[in-house]
This record gives sequence, C-alpha cells and structure tokens, in this order.
Amino acid sequence: MKAVSRIYMFLLFLFLYAPIFVLVIFSFNGSSTMSRSVWSGFSLRWYARLFQDQMLLVSLRNTLIIAVVASAVSTVLGTAAAIGINGLNKWARRVVMNVTNFPMMNPDIVTGVSLMLLFVAAAKFMGNLALGMVSLIFAHITFCLPYVILSIMPKLRQMDPNLAEAAEDLGCTPRQAFFHVVLPEIMPGVVTGLIMAFTLSIDDFVVSYFTSGTTQTLPIFIYSMTRKRVSPEINALSALLFGTILLLLIIINIRTSRESKRSETLQKEA
Amino acid sequence: MKWGMMSSLFPRQRGRNKEVKSKAAVYPYLVWMIIFIIVPTALVVVFAFTDKGGTFTLQNLQEVGQYSNIFLRSIWLGAVATVVSLVVGYPAAYIISRHSVSRQNTLIMLIMLPMWMNFLLRTYAWMTLLEDSGFINRALMACGFPSVHMINTQGAVVLGMVYNYIPYMILPVYSVLTKIDPSVIEAAEDLGADRRTVFLRVTLPLSMPGVISGVTMVFVPSVSTFIISKMLGGGSNLLIGDLIDMQFLGSAYNPNLGSAISLVLMVLILICMGIMNQFDENGAAEGGMMV
Repeated sequence: MKAVSRIYMFLLFLFLYAPIFVLVIFSFNGSSTMSRSVWSGFSLRWYARLFQDQMLLVSLRNTLIIAVVASAVSTVLGTAAAIGINGLNKWARRVVMNVTNFPMMNPDIVTGVSLMLLFVAAAKFMGNLALGMVSLIFAHITFCLPYVILSIMPKLRQMDPNLAEAAEDLGCTPRQAFFHVVLPEIMPGVVTGLIMAFTLSIDDFVVSYFTSGTTQTLPIFIYSMTRKRVSPEINALSALLFGTILLLLIIINIRTSRESKRSETLQKEA
Repeated sequence: MKWGMMSSLFPRQRGRNKEVKSKAAVYPYLVWMIIFIIVPTALVVVFAFTDKGGTFTLQNLQEVGQYSNIFLRSIWLGAVATVVSLVVGYPAAYIISRHSVSRQNTLIMLIMLPMWMNFLLRTYAWMTLLEDSGFINRALMACGFPSVHMINTQGAVVLGMVYNYIPYMILPVYSVLTKIDPSVIEAAEDLGADRRTVFLRVTLPLSMPGVISGVTMVFVPSVSTFIISKMLGGGSNLLIGDLIDMQFLGSAYNPNLGSAISLVLMVLILICMGIMNQFDENGAAEGGMMV
C-alpha cells in the first residue's frame, strides 16, 4: 500500500513539474528554428534577447507599480472596513459580507468585463480619456479588497473586544488605542492580507486584460508572447520567474524553521 | 463637555459611542464597492437589455440562445475537468494527510509551488509538450510509436484545466481530512469496521465539505476560462469565455451581446454555487444530527 501511494505521489508531481522543467531546460536551447522542442546545444541567447526587450522592462515596471499601490491601498481600506464590519449588527454585517463575497464567487471574466464597461463609460464622460494605469489600479484594488478583509476578520473575532476599551479607560485616545492595541493584535492578518493582495495583483491576467487599454503588465506581455508562433524568450522568462519564486520560498522556509527552532530553545531554557 | 462627563459616568453609553465610530470605518469601503462592484454589475444588466442605441430590447438574450452549443460545451468540459480533478486529487489529499506533520507541510508546499507561476506560462508549457512536433510526440516517435494529434482537441483543453486547477481540489480536501478527529476513526475500527468501511462510512462523508468547496473552486474557473481553450483548443473549441472576449475585445465587437452572455454566465455560476451551498448545509445538518 505504501509503495502504491509513493508511486501515485511521484506520478502526480511528475505531472505537475514536468512541463515547468521542460520549459526551463529549453530556455537554454541554442536553436532558433521553428520547432520549440529540438535540442541544439547550450546557449544563453534567449536570456540576452529577453533583457534587450524594452516592452518586458516597461511591463515589469507597470506590474510592480500597480501591485505596490493596489496592495497598499486595499490593505488600508480593507483593515478599516474589517474593523467597521466587526462593529455592525448581525443584519448589516450579513449584507456587507454578501457584497464582499460576490466578486470572489463571480467569474473573473465577468468582473473584468463589468469594470471595463464602467471605465469606458467614465473615460468617455471625462472627455476621451483612455484606459491604462489608473483603471488598472482601481480594478486591482477592487479584486484585492475582499481577500484583505477575509484575512483580517478572523483575527478581529479572536481579539478580546474589551482590550481597546481598556486602553481608552487608561487614557488612550481612540487613535492611540487603535495604533497601540488593536493594530498590533490583528497585525498577522493585516500582513497576510497585504501579501495576498500583492501576489494576486502581480499574477492577475483576466481582469487586467479587460481594463488595461493598451497598457502592458507582465501577464499581458506574456500573453502577447504566447500569441506569436515561436517565442523562445518565454522559456527564459519562465525559468527566471520560477527561479525567483523558488528562491523566495526557500528563504521564507529557512527563516520560519529558524524562528521555530529559536522559540523551541527559548521554551527549553524557560 | 456635558456629553463628555455623561459618558464617563456611564461607561456603557461610551461603549456605544465607540461602536458608532468603528462602524464609520466601513463607509469608505462601502462607497468603493458600490462604485466598483454594484454599479459595474448593474451596467452589465443594463447593456444586456439594451441595443446599441440604448433602447430596451430582449434581442441580446435571444441571441445568446444561438450559442447554446458553446454553453453546453463549456459546462461539459468544465464538468469533466472537475470530475478528473476530484478522482485524481482526492487520493492525493488522502495520502498527504497520512504523513507526519512536517512531511505534510513539505508536500503541500510542493503542490502549491506551480500555482505561483503565472497560469499563462503553465498553459504555454503544455502547448510545447502537446504540439504535433512537440516533446511528447518526439518521444513517442523515438520509441517507434506513431505520433498522436493532441493539441487543439477537447482532451487538451480538459488537460489544461486539470493541470491549472487541481491544487484547488487537493488543498480544501486535504485541510478537511486533517481536521477529522482520529478518535472517530478509532471508534469505527473498535466497532468492527474494516478499512474499506471506515473510509466509505466515516472518512468520506466527513470530508464532503472539502470536496464541495474543491468542486466549486475547480468548476467555476474551468467553465469561465478563455485562455486555456484559446491556447490548447485552437479555434475550434470555443468556450463561453472566448465568446465574451470576442464581443468585448475581439473581431465581433458587440458589448451588448457580450453583456448578455456574461449575465447568463454569472447567473449560471451563482445558481451552481447556491446548489453547492445547499449540499454543504445539508451535510452540516446531517453531521450535527449524527452527533
């Protein structure tokens, strides 16, 4: 039984990783012929070609600007919203949570199309503006907000509601009570929300596709590359992205294991 | 000033006052959601029921009927992908949940890692594998087998859906499986159930909430995808998503018809979710009655 489950997991991981490894291997392929899968010697030419591509750098810059702005705004707005929702009565909370859940249940393509209708109408209304960075940022904040709220809500539920009151009784202004008591208490949720918003924004294609006008983000750039018949640069880009993700995850893993070890030793000493 | 004194005399009143303030924090968010969720959704409805001039019409919705074969194909392929994901993903989640905790974390990390790559790249990877002169066909021919035409078929589209969305099946099923109280399983064993019976009568029913959320999380993006069908299905396997894309950004520019299709898709998905939630609630109620 054990052998069977081992083979099963091996086959599953082969299925999940083989395509990625093929991409990475062929990013070093020297061939420039029509076929994407004939090996003809090691070369770094696709990497060189990739870095000469001005469009890539522009789209990367756009993606990072949008992700930073959208995740920051959605985290601030979402944190305030979560605290507000927590103070609502049952009925009002139910209504607001339904509105929050709606974009998460709605297919991405419908969210994208509906926002496109709004932005096109607004752009016309404000005098022939075009869709671009601004509409992208608004769209990204919109689809990030529910995830931020949902990662903060459980932390607020766990928090003792008397804490903020106690701080105020001890002489804090509501503002101080929020920054010194409530915020540190829900910080893990806020950070999770921020990270989630950032990764969702970087990764999004469908909503961006409908709300970007002619502005390129990294996923849209990738999409335009896949539309070409042959684009080996895409392999190089995949390899670079996969390497970056792997590196980040390894760093995070080492850090968390170190932290848990440290807390273990601290516990032993105590 | 008077009010300030009163409120310090009656702490309860002060608490209520604070509540009012914390409630106010929700308003910016509400305004945001009204502008960017409710108004756009209303726009879709308005566009769906009007013609180019802006007068009321039902013609768009009637036209959607012409595309019923595309709707059926989308639902069919999405359903097949969901079933395949469940059949492949459930045993994987089960196997992972049997490991030690640290091993579980590593395996789950490995399941999630490909999801961090943009799904366009993951789908593109399959394009290079499935092509007529692609990696798999070259390997087949090298071993003396005839080549197989795989790209631009419905099978390739289903494969792309399963590949992209199977983690969404494995993760919720896994997390429900790890939360099952081991003493329940032990009790069943003590009462004489063999492993098969324990699985069918205890583990499987208790893991249903995970299965249900996995099914929705695979089915919804599969039904509404337009990239996977475009990249792996060629031009001949259009799905609902492609149809919407064509009306808004493609050659067949017609936002009114596009809105009507989007509206039908949205209603379809919401009905599906409603049905699934019903199942979930029934399951929870049954679980409650069992205890």
